[in-house]
Formats: sequence, C-alpha cells, structure tokens
Amino acid sequence: MTAAVLDHDAAHAPEEHHTSFPVDNRKMAIWTFIGSECMFFASLISTFVIYRDSHAKGPGPKEIFEVPLVTAGTAVLLFSSFFVVMALNGAQQGDRKKLITWLSLTVLCGCFFVGMQVYEFTHFYHEGMRYTTNLFATSFFTLTGFHGTHVAIGTLWLGTLLKDAIKGRIPPKKALNLEIAALYWHFVDVVWIIIFPVVYLMSLGR
Amino acid sequence: MRRSRALGWLLPFGLLCGLTLVFLAGCSGPYPQSTLSPKGDFATMVDAVFMKTVWLAGIVFLLVEGALLLAIIKFRGKPNDPEPKQIHGSTVVEIIWTIVPAVVLAIVAVPTVRAIFATAEVPTTSPDGQPPLKVEVIGHQWYWEFRYPDLGITTANELHVPLNRAIDFRLKSADVIHSFWVPQFAGKRDLFPNRETRIWMIARETGSFPSSCTEYCGLEHGRMDFYLMVDSAKSFDAWVQLRHSDSAVAANGTPFVPPATTTSAITPGTTPVVAAVAPGKNVKAPTPVVATTVAAVPAASGDPRVDAGAKLFQANCATCHSISSAHPQSPTNIGPNLAGIGTRKMIAAGWYPNNNADLQNWLQHYNDVKPGVFMAVRSLSDAEAQALVAYLRTRR
Amino acid sequence: MATTVLEPAHAVATHKRSVLVEWLTTVDHKKVGILYGASAFIFFLMGGIEALIIRLQLVRPDNHLVTPEFYNQLFTMHGTTMIFLAVMPISAMFFNYFVPLLIGARDVAFPRLNAMSLWVFILGGLFLNFSFLLNAAPNGGWFGYAPLSARQFAPQMNMDFWMLGLQTLGIASLAAGVNFFTTILNMRTHGMTLMRMPMFVWAVLVTQVLVLLSFPVITVALIMLTADRTFGSHFFNMTSGAAGDPMLWQHLFWVFGHPEVYILILPAFGIVSEILPVFARKPLFGYSAMVFSMALIAFLGFGVWSHHMFATGMGPIADSFFSLATMLIAIPTGVKIFNWIGTLWGGSIQFKTPLYFAVGFIAMFIMGGLSGVMHAVAPADLQQTDTYFVVAHFHYVLFGGSIFALTAGAYYWWPKMFGRMLNETLGKVHFWLMLIGFNVTFFPMHFVGLLGMPRRVYTYPAGLGFEQYNQLSTIGAFVLALGFLVFIYNVLSTWRNGAQAPADPWGGATLEWSIPSPPQEWNFPTEPVVTDKDALWVMKRAAGVRELPEPQPVSGKGIHMPSPSWWPLVAACGILIFMIGIMVKRPWAFPFGPISMLGFAITAFAVLKWSYQPVDHAATSHH
Repeated sequence: MTAAVLDHDAAHAPEEHHTSFPVDNRKMAIWTFIGSECMFFASLISTFVIYRDSHAKGPGPKEIFEVPLVTAGTAVLLFSSFFVVMALNGAQQGDRKKLITWLSLTVLCGCFFVGMQVYEFTHFYHEGMRYTTNLFATSFFTLTGFHGTHVAIGTLWLGTLLKDAIKGRIPPKKALNLEIAALYWHFVDVVWIIIFPVVYLMSLGR
Repeated sequence: MRRSRALGWLLPFGLLCGLTLVFLAGCSGPYPQSTLSPKGDFATMVDAVFMKTVWLAGIVFLLVEGALLLAIIKFRGKPNDPEPKQIHGSTVVEIIWTIVPAVVLAIVAVPTVRAIFATAEVPTTSPDGQPPLKVEVIGHQWYWEFRYPDLGITTANELHVPLNRAIDFRLKSADVIHSFWVPQFAGKRDLFPNRETRIWMIARETGSFPSSCTEYCGLEHGRMDFYLMVDSAKSFDAWVQLRHSDSAVAANGTPFVPPATTTSAITPGTTPVVAAVAPGKNVKAPTPVVATTVAAVPAASGDPRVDAGAKLFQANCATCHSISSAHPQSPTNIGPNLAGIGTRKMIAAGWYPNNNADLQNWLQHYNDVKPGVFMAVRSLSDAEAQALVAYLRTRR
Repeated sequence: MATTVLEPAHAVATHKRSVLVEWLTTVDHKKVGILYGASAFIFFLMGGIEALIIRLQLVRPDNHLVTPEFYNQLFTMHGTTMIFLAVMPISAMFFNYFVPLLIGARDVAFPRLNAMSLWVFILGGLFLNFSFLLNAAPNGGWFGYAPLSARQFAPQMNMDFWMLGLQTLGIASLAAGVNFFTTILNMRTHGMTLMRMPMFVWAVLVTQVLVLLSFPVITVALIMLTADRTFGSHFFNMTSGAAGDPMLWQHLFWVFGHPEVYILILPAFGIVSEILPVFARKPLFGYSAMVFSMALIAFLGFGVWSHHMFATGMGPIADSFFSLATMLIAIPTGVKIFNWIGTLWGGSIQFKTPLYFAVGFIAMFIMGGLSGVMHAVAPADLQQTDTYFVVAHFHYVLFGGSIFALTAGAYYWWPKMFGRMLNETLGKVHFWLMLIGFNVTFFPMHFVGLLGMPRRVYTYPAGLGFEQYNQLSTIGAFVLALGFLVFIYNVLSTWRNGAQAPADPWGGATLEWSIPSPPQEWNFPTEPVVTDKDALWVMKRAAGVRELPEPQPVSGKGIHMPSPSWWPLVAACGILIFMIGIMVKRPWAFPFGPISMLGFAITAFAVLKWSYQPVDHAATSHH
C-alpha cells in the first residue's frame, strides 16, 4: 500500500528536483519500504519455522504439498522479474511496443502466480487443511497468504502502469514510475525465493 | 555574587530533597516483603551483587551529577559576556570517557555472570543433609496451588517449607502466565501453561512471609498473594503428619474409603475442567498413610453446627474445592484446596486474616471482597455461613 | 500569517476554504506538526489523568476508589497512551515541524503521505480511547501478554481495541518512517552533508531506522493476535490441544518493544543536543562521537530484547548474553552524557527555561540510566522486575528523560512555531514544580519496589510498609500535574498578548532561526547554502555580527508548494473502517466482514485519487 502511495506523491515537480543523493525520492522511499518489509517477512518466516512441525492434528507438509505446481509458480515468478527488466528497458528507450509486450507478460505472470495460490489454497481446504487445523497450517497460510497479497498488489500496480503505457503515458522521462514498481516486484520475488525452499522443500525432508 | 545566586537557585531543591529524606526516614518497617533483608542462599547471592552495583552506581551518580552541577554553577554566563572559547571536542577525552565506563561495567559484569551461573542450578544437597524437597507450584487465576509430590500433599495459598532444606520448585500455570516470588529467599520465576520452569531456595530463618504474584494475570492480579511458612524441621514434620491425616477424608469432606489400588486413588473420573494441568502427570499418588489418628470426620462431630456446615460444604463447595491434602481432586478442581483451612493464617489468597468474621464475610460477600473471583455459590444466610465457618474451623 | 492563494487553475475550488477545511486538507509539514502536537498533548493530558486516578487509588492500602477492572484499564491505557499517543507523536510534532527547517528544505519528501500518517494517528488514538465510552478499554497491559490476551481469557472487546488500535498507529509510524528517512537523506539543502546535520536530525534519522525495522515485527505479532482472537487460530495459546507458545509473543513483542524504548528517547537526545550548545553559546562537544554513539545505541538496542524476560527462566547462557549486551549499551549512553556536560563546560550558560529543562533532563536521565544498569544485572533483575523499582526506572528515563526533553523542546521552539514568546517566569515555575513533583513521585518508588511492592496491583495490604511511600508518590503526582497546569496557563496567557517573537530569540545555531517566526509556508525564500555545522553561527560569524537583521516576509511568487488534499484524510478513515470491520466481523464468516472490505476500498480509492492529483501549485503571498 505504502509503495503505491509513494508513486505520485513527491514534494516537487520532477523537473526541479534537487536531491542530496543522486536518487529520486520515490526510489529511495521504495528501498526504505523494502528494508522495512524484510523485517515483516523475517518475522512471518521465523514463526513458520517454529511451528512447521506442529501438525499432530490434520495433514502435514509431506501429505499435502504439491511441489511440481509450486515449482511452476516459482519459475513463472522468476521469469516475471526478467520480463519487468525488459519492460523497463523498453520504457527507458522509449520503445513503446517493447514496453507493452514485456509488461503484459509480467502482469500475466503475476496473475498466474496468484491463480496458482488460489488453486493451492482451495485444494488444501478440500484436503482438510483449514486455517485453524493446526499451527503448521495457520502459519503456512499466514506467511504465504501475506506474500500472495503482496504479489496481488504488485500485479495491480503493474496493471495500472500497463494501462498508462498503452495510453502512451510512460515516456522515457517517466520510466521511473515503472522502475519503482519493478523494484517492489523484484523484492516480492526474492521473498518467494526464500519462502519456496524454506516452506516447501525443507519441510519435505522432515 | 554569581555564586550566591546559584546557591539561592539550588536552595529550594536541596531543601525539598532534605524534607523527602526526613519523610522517608520516618517510614519505618516492618517490611515483611522486602528484598533488602535476604534470609536465604539464593537471595543473599543476589543481594551481594546488587549491593555492589548500588555502591558503584552511587559513586558514579555523585561524580557525574557533581560534574553537571559544577558546570552549571561555574559557567553561568550573562547575556553580554563575550563568546566563550569554541571547542568542538577532543578525541583523547572521548577515548577516556569511553574506556572508564567500560571498566566500571566490567567490574559489575564479572560478579553478575558469576551470580547468574551460581543461581541457575538447583543444589543437589541441602545444608540439613536431606535431599532437596520438590514442590510443584501451580498458578491459577487467582490463587496458588502447592503440591509436594514426594509427600503426597496438596495445599493452597500457604506454602510450608523446612528450614535449611533446599527447595526445588517446579512451576506451572493452569491458565495464564503468573510469576512466583518469595522475595526474602529467591528471585522471580514465571509460570507458563505449556512448560515447566524451575527455581530454588534455601531458607535460613523461620517465620511467615507474605508474597504476591508478580506477573500481571488479569482482574484480581492485585490479590493473588500467599504466605510462605518457614518451619523448623520439627514443626514441618508435624505439619506433614497433620496433612497426612487427611488421607482419612475424601475430597468432599466425607470419610474416605480407600479404593482397592492406591494408584487409582486420585486419577479416575476427576478430569479437571482446567485442562492445562494434567494431574496424572504431575502428582505422584500419595503414599498410602494408614490413618492412625482419624481426624474430625464430620459425621463424628458432636456439634450440630459443624454437622450442618459439613452438609452445606458438601452441597455447595465440594464440587470445586477439595478439603483433603491427600485427595486433592475435587470434581472441577477450579477452587483452591482447603485442607487445613481452619488453621491457615490467611484466607482469600493471602488477603484477609483468617478470623471468623472475615471468613463469614468472605463466604457471603466474596464478590464484593474480590470482584470477579470464580466462586459461584448461592447467597448464604447468616446461620448457614456461621455453620460453614464452624465446620471449616474444624479442618486443621 | 500568510494565506495561500493558488494559481488560477486551482483557485476556484480553494478560494473560499474555511479555516477548518484548511487544516483538514493541509499537507504543510508545519501545520501537520502542530496538529500532531495538539492532539498528542490532549492524549498526554488523558494519560496524565489516568495516572492521577491510579495514584489516588494507591494512596492508602485496600482502597476502593476504583474497581479492579477499571484500574486494570487505567494502567493499560496509561502505558499505551503515554508511549504511542503522547511521547511518540509529540516527538513526531518536532520531526514534522523542524526536520525540514533544520535541513533547509521546503517540505518533507511526501507531504500527502505525511498528512495521512497524521490522520491515521489521530483516528487510531481516538479509536483506542473511544473504548472508555463502552466501558471496554484495553485491560491486558500495554505489553498484551498471551495467553491473557487470548479470546479465552479476554472474551470482551477490550483487547480488540488494543490490538487494532496499535495496528492502526503502527501504520502511521511506518509511513512516517519511510517519509522522514527519505526526507533526511535526500532533501538536505546545498552543502548540508550528513556530518553537518544538526544532531536532532541525526536523532530523527536513527529513530526512523528503528521504527522501520522494529514496527514490522509488532505488526506481525498483532496480525497473529488478530488471527487468534478473530479467526480462532492458536499462535500464542494452547487451548484445545494446540501447541501455540506464549513465549513467541514475548519474543516478538520485545524485539519490537526494546527498540521502541530508543524510539522514545533518541529524539529527546536530539532535542537536548540542540538546546545545550545554543544556551552554552558553544558548539556541541564531540559531534562525531555523539553521532556514532547514537548509532551504536540503536544497533545494540536490537540485541537486548530478552532482558525483559529474565524471569521466564531462559537459562544461564542466554541470561549472561543479554545481561552483558545490555550493559554494553551503557557505554555509548555514558559517552552522550559526558559530551553534554562537556558542551556546558567552559560555556557562557544563559539560564533560560529551555536550558533548565535540558539540564533537568541530563540530571534525571543519569539516574534512570544507573537504575537501568542495575536491571542489566540479571540476578538482581529477578528481584526488581515487575516491582515498583522498574516503574521508577522507566519513569526516570521516559519522564525524566523524554518528557523533560520534549518540554525543553517545546519552550525552545515555541517562539518559532507560534511567533510568541512564552513567559520566562512561569516557565521556571513550571520547571521547579515538574522537577520536584517528578522526584517526589518516582524516587520513593525505588524504595517501595525494593521493599517488595509488585507492579500492576490495584491495591496492596496494610502492614507491608508500603503506605507512606505511596502517599508521597501521590502527593508528587499532583505537584507534577500542577506544573503542567502552569504550562497551560503560560500558553493561554501569552497566546494573544505575549511578546512578539523575533526570528532568532535565543542566538540559535541552526537554519530555522534565519527565517521569520512563524515561518512562511515555503520556509525559505531561497534554498540556503551551508558550509559547516551550526550553519547559522557560521553565517553570523561571516557577517561579523551577533544577530542577523530580522528577516522580512517575502512574496513566494514562483515557489511551488504541494496542493492541499482531502485524500490523506479519506485514506486514513478507510484504514480505521477496515479495523472496525475486523472487530465487528463475527456475524460474517470469511475472511473479513463487508465493513473491512468497504474500508479497504475507501483507502485504495483515496490513494488512487491522490496518485493522479496534480502534485503542486505555485504559491504567492498575500497579507
């Protein structure tokens, strides 16, 4: 949310920007926000690690995780990070076609990932793993649910930028708008790259 | 001129501090809950390192506050004074006043770590040559349950320990977090519903000592007190004997018919409502004591008031309160064990003196005395309450 | 005061703004700051009244002035209010008003986000206090330990108010954290390098780092508590066979809670570091040592949280580690105290009210620091924790420390903020009442704590020797309250008729004193150029004068300033509605009630609207 707020809220019109560091305010703010979010996910991941063996009642990770599907989701999310870099490159070069193509692909990836998670959660629900079934389930849903919310917000954010791009409102000098969203998107990816092994792979070996 | 103004400026404050000190000197004891007069090994060790810290802190306090005071007296300026010399700092001075506090802290740190390790382990032997006495402390909202697994005794709100014996406390809570503290003898230790914690003490002085719960535990946290009774070896043994005499009394106060096997004496059919404490796990079956002295069994009493009280107890109180140390499990186990209530020092979790008037008042108006307490009895007439008091008095 | 006239494009909509609308839509960091201060001061008075009732209840043993239920609400709300609704936002008032002025900027980096922080804070504070009207104020302590805060033991909505109120306030703090971190790093004027920044700005910067890294932890803890209380999970309790661990709450809470202590005190350090040099007429002693010691305090502050948990029995190795780490913090703290004394030493000290409070701060903070070292001694802490000794300790650092320094800051910066001088005599009366009242209240608590009086008890029995100490504390509390009445009288009596404040009444060293009191909307007509620390002293010295000529108000033609906006307030309302929705969620099952959905939609809509709103307008002055 904060990230989105920052998007257009700067004290001075961009042309008369004077900043102490050669970084735009919004870019610095998103980095700051990302730093803070690290502690947010660190707390959630720690909680999951503490509780991942608490599944005396109900299914545990071995019975329930569908690793191939999640691996596919992980791959898609990883690729999307590459796509958004290409889109940004297009925006900076003023290549509108390139920008729109790659940005659309990124948004598609985001949608796929969110869809994958919705499917996964529904599946777990039908398999008897509900939010309060056991602490493994609770901390799993809390962690991945909040990550999924971040992906969803990021997808919406990139979606609005895609709309702007189609309407031709992202000229090279406004490429920063996309760059900020891309930074956030990379962060969300990186968090998943930690969650995927810690939550899925390491829990299977237990 | 400048100095005298400064002194005049300090005068009111100095005067007030003086008055405060005079007032504080007027505060005279006794301080039965004080940490400053340790009477046990654990507390003595803590006190030693604490006093060391206090002295060091006192010296640092005088030096630093003195320097501050000197600075504001000495360098008092007037608006038209010339600009003082502009000094931006000095690396040498910075290094000095980084190292000096580090040294002072090292002086505190060494005995601290030593005391941490010295107090961490429960001693394996006692000064009186006996093995340490195990006591299980169970915190309830808002009273204390004490179990002696090796003696087969359960009691509440009055903790008896022998002099010169290491006491090995095993702490657990039945509901929320509480904290167990016997200030003259040891530091605090929290009680958790999902884990056992431990602390120990060795008492070096007999007497009765008040104490309180020291972790906020809800509505009546302020009135979750108990008394620690440090007994001489002889009187402790007498107390144990007295408690064992309860083996002839069932939890509800009727004469107890021992079941075929002793181990099943307390476990079956008494699943407590408060589920966090598994009684079977914590309590060893009481040593079957053949009742040599059958204490006052209600039916055997000659006093009609006592008999009436016994019936009232059975009808109204026995669901939640056990009146026997040896058969501690009342059906719900919500209320404190009342074994020996007739001779306890205090009632209502260490709050009111155990006299007939207060006991009767408590029975009739417990919700005014201690709002929110989990007692739920129909209101008792004066006669009924007096009969109950008479009966409870017989429980020693 | 200059009013804002907008460029013709926006003029139609805004020409007839009433005063109320002007304040509700403001994005001016100075107005935001004043609103922070005013609302926080009201909350501070409420917290003070709660404290006075507490003191009256404890004036004699076995007192029945209030019920135990109400007492528990009082001490919970007193702690929560003073931390989150008084000390933090009063500090935020100074951040808002003075950080841009001190670094020579015209506003913060994100003015509308800043306004949103303000409104979220105010609404969160009102939400928390609204609970009193329902007789359902939070009653589980400001630390909300599980499982006492679980639905099982706290079935009413008291703790819902607490967890959702704190969550709301956390959003405000985090948004402000991002904003001020960026502002300080990126909005400094020409030549204002990091190591030339005024010490207060450094303090704010370090504080924001603490906020940004510690608040997410309490956010997560509160999310889990919300899940436990609302959705029936068992993160922190073990009913019905679940394996939740109340220790997890304690760790998460104190990983946040200890840095929070420094969030409360570092701004105070900064304010005192501004005031002492000005009134000693001598630069701050050991500037870089002050910067590094503050950074070190913040860093170590993240490694000592378990010293709040010695009584849980963590074992000797953990106890030793956290004991020693806590003692380490005393070293940089000591360095700061010595440097303050070093600043006074050799100066020409001008005894104005702000200096009184600043010196009072040092004297009281030393005492709080020393009792803090006593807590670091883990075995001694086992005796002191949860007794009145701890209450004495943290009031010496948070009242004797933070509140003394914030009051010093109020007297120091009042002329700049409101253009009037406060009465010096009344200020000194306030100081003496506060110093005496404070010590009479809290010094006896050391003794009564060591004599065995536990904290958070609504009454105590006679015969334990607690009576006279408690009487003394109660008397002191009322002297303290009298001190603040004098302050209020001082403000009211000088509001219209007080002496007009010049631009630079104290002989200041920093940029805010180079512009009129109160400053015009755009702060600086031209962006100032800084060549060294104590920028204004450098300028005066270069001009060879002790006082620069009084700056005149200028026309702001051509200066672009952010436009006022309703959307921050609307977004804040949405967040509050979201929180209320969680509370009344129960009739609807999954996952949030429609009210929360509505709140989320409102916030999202408001944020989108402000994203596409034009950013700024050119301002001109008109009298």
